[in-house]
Amino acid sequence: MWEGITMGLTTVFTLQNAAFLMLGCLAGTFIGMLPGLGPMTAIALMIPVASTLEPGAGIIMMAAVYYGAIFGGSTSSILINAPGVASTVATSFDGFPMARAGFPGKALAIAATASFWGGILGALLLLIAAPYLARISLSFQSTDYFALMVLGLVTVSAFAGRDGMLKALAMVVLGLMLSTVGVDPTQGIPRFTLGQLDLVDGISFLLLVMATFALSEALLGIMRFSREQGLADGRALGALRLSRREIGDIAPAATRSSALGFLVGLLPGAGATIASLLAWGAEERLAGKAKPAFGEGAPRGIAAPEAANNAAATGSFVPLLTLGIPGSGTTAILLGALIAYGIQPGPLLYINEPEIFWSVIVSMWIGNVILLVLNLPLIPYIARLLAVPRQFLLPLILFFSLIGVYFVSFNTFDIQLMVIFAAAAVGLRLLDFPMAPMILGFILGGLMEENLSRAMLIYDQSWSFLWQRPLTLAIMITAMVILAGPFLRERFARRSPD
Amino acid sequence: MRTLLTALLLALAGTAAAAERLHFLIPGGAGGGWDRTARGVGQALTESGLVAQIRYENMSGGGGGRAIAHLIEVDNPHMWMVNSTPIVVRSLQSVFPQSFRDLTPIASIIGDYSVLAVQRDSDIRNLADFAARQRAAPRRMIIAGGSVPGGTDHIVAALLVKGVGNDPTTTKYIPYDAGGKAMAGLLSGEVQLLSSGFGEVVDMYEQGWVRLLCAASPERLARAPDVPTCNEAGAEDVVFVNWRGFFAPSGVDADLAAGYQTLLQEMRATPVWQAIRARNGWVDLYQPGEDFTRLLERQEQQIGTLMRELGLL
Repeated sequence: MWEGITMGLTTVFTLQNAAFLMLGCLAGTFIGMLPGLGPMTAIALMIPVASTLEPGAGIIMMAAVYYGAIFGGSTSSILINAPGVASTVATSFDGFPMARAGFPGKALAIAATASFWGGILGALLLLIAAPYLARISLSFQSTDYFALMVLGLVTVSAFAGRDGMLKALAMVVLGLMLSTVGVDPTQGIPRFTLGQLDLVDGISFLLLVMATFALSEALLGIMRFSREQGLADGRALGALRLSRREIGDIAPAATRSSALGFLVGLLPGAGATIASLLAWGAEERLAGKAKPAFGEGAPRGIAAPEAANNAAATGSFVPLLTLGIPGSGTTAILLGALIAYGIQPGPLLYINEPEIFWSVIVSMWIGNVILLVLNLPLIPYIARLLAVPRQFLLPLILFFSLIGVYFVSFNTFDIQLMVIFAAAAVGLRLLDFPMAPMILGFILGGLMEENLSRAMLIYDQSWSFLWQRPLTLAIMITAMVILAGPFLRERFARRSPD
Repeated sequence: MRTLLTALLLALAGTAAAAERLHFLIPGGAGGGWDRTARGVGQALTESGLVAQIRYENMSGGGGGRAIAHLIEVDNPHMWMVNSTPIVVRSLQSVFPQSFRDLTPIASIIGDYSVLAVQRDSDIRNLADFAARQRAAPRRMIIAGGSVPGGTDHIVAALLVKGVGNDPTTTKYIPYDAGGKAMAGLLSGEVQLLSSGFGEVVDMYEQGWVRLLCAASPERLARAPDVPTCNEAGAEDVVFVNWRGFFAPSGVDADLAAGYQTLLQEMRATPVWQAIRARNGWVDLYQPGEDFTRLLERQEQQIGTLMRELGLL
């Protein structure tokens, strides 16, 4: 392991790589701070830059953009109560009240420190766990991959709560359906292309993300346009420093939440959003009646979700690096970028390309340090961006998302398709249909089909693999339990008198 | 000095513009044979200064048909597509409507002999073991490969089954998206054997992860002298080389095509290329222009006959 760390350190510590690491952190923070633009969009927007770099530098930069964006997202949650992404919604529960009470600087500092702690602990766990998991992943067969993907899709739906679950499942199915458009991977026959040559290659993932997230967010922003500016109108942020007592107060919560976040991040499908909500909920229960209460500006209520979402982001690199399964939209974009570099993440990455494997892990530590020492002092300046009137910001987002997709394919058909998807996404979002499950269904659809059809071939077109192979069976049972979870909990709650 | 001279020569030949920027289209996923070839050749061309910059694009799908259609559609004379024996096989099977005749063959560059691999602790010790088990229970002897059903890895698997005296139509072949994924499948134990190019398994072989039962080459491979040829191991007439080469869109003008051929010939002499070739276990198989076209025609006839015999057409 030490050998690996040294290998990673020597890769990261070239002047060039360190520069791209910093650039990635800054760009990520910047984009992540914009309302509606999260890590997924940030990485997508940075792909053109990354594709001109060496694989090592490119991957380090993309990883930096990733946690930079998560970090940046918390800033807009705290200052203007407009979370950049779902994963920082929980941060706004206590962050915004604290900012309104006159301590926006302190809230930001707590968020930054907790993020740092979550990222560092997450990377430590990744360092310990990844090599073992990489070895175990060698024994994963097609049937297990299929089961894991079922688990991922179920997980992302189950955490939407009982009422949202059906909607989330419907969106998963929609994503799976969209992923079948194009040439059939096993037979080579075009399907669901409506006779359009432009659809033979399938729907581009980047296009779908930009349409359903960036573009639809900007359109929704126009629909609920208001001149309210929150707290970012140039007012002083107050002290950014934390006292030793305050750090002592949030440290246990941040540590617990980091461990929880990392474990949640390991599951394909669960991710930073679920981790942060779970961590906030768990800490609220632990805190009991302590003052200030959760939801009214409790420091621990900021620390818990921030530590958890960073640790989960780190944890989600485990299935990506060891199995080649992207557990979220963000890691799916990273997977696409890796494949474009000629690197196939999966069980053999650790054996064949150890320097890539280790440099990603080591760069996470360095990236978190950079985020803390570089970004924290810069926050008051970057935060001014939030004071830019939305009538300037929204057209910019519209412009960049359309141009971003067009510059990849140079095909006007893509623009038309994007507008159609964005309009559909606006409608669905107004009806409270979540977009993330659809994206995950779309990502995992192709891999799921590939592994299922291979499993069927190996088992002579019989479904017996579902119960003949213990690992597959165990994963499938876990998926079923998670799916039944909300219903079981409800029954349980009804029986116990309160 | 050498590069300067080369650059000068190229400039004189009027190919300097061609050599500045190239776009390599790779019809398969990362880590597969096409990918390694394109990136290996690209690395040699750029590091030796023959070409200033090369962009790579992985475009899998339709058994390579997507990339062929893209090459024809974009019609960029600076775009090269890497391809190999499958282009012949798949156009015979009508996987895609085009054949090599719709493109400009630049040159073949290397050949990769097929091998049959098993996990290091597999109880299949040699080809005779395989023959006996395959005869007894063909459904339990699963052979993986990185190409579609009917592709080269499948053809070699069927050839081996036939070569050891069993019924080739009983071959149970499982396709994977790329050689790397097929290797992961072999190590996971879901398949018993792997039919693959030597270049795709050489790293794992040298690190001791897999054993090779035989190599489908006329003579033993220099980098694996302990591995018998398939002939020696008891499979008659199993010699199969998968050439890899480059194609430009049709209608590229003759001077430019000739310039490309010179470029590849220059590259073959560079130490960078020789190091890459040795590292991957690739055998030199440079056949430019007309020679390449003749090779393609010959192979089309050969494989066509073979596939009809094996019942794959």
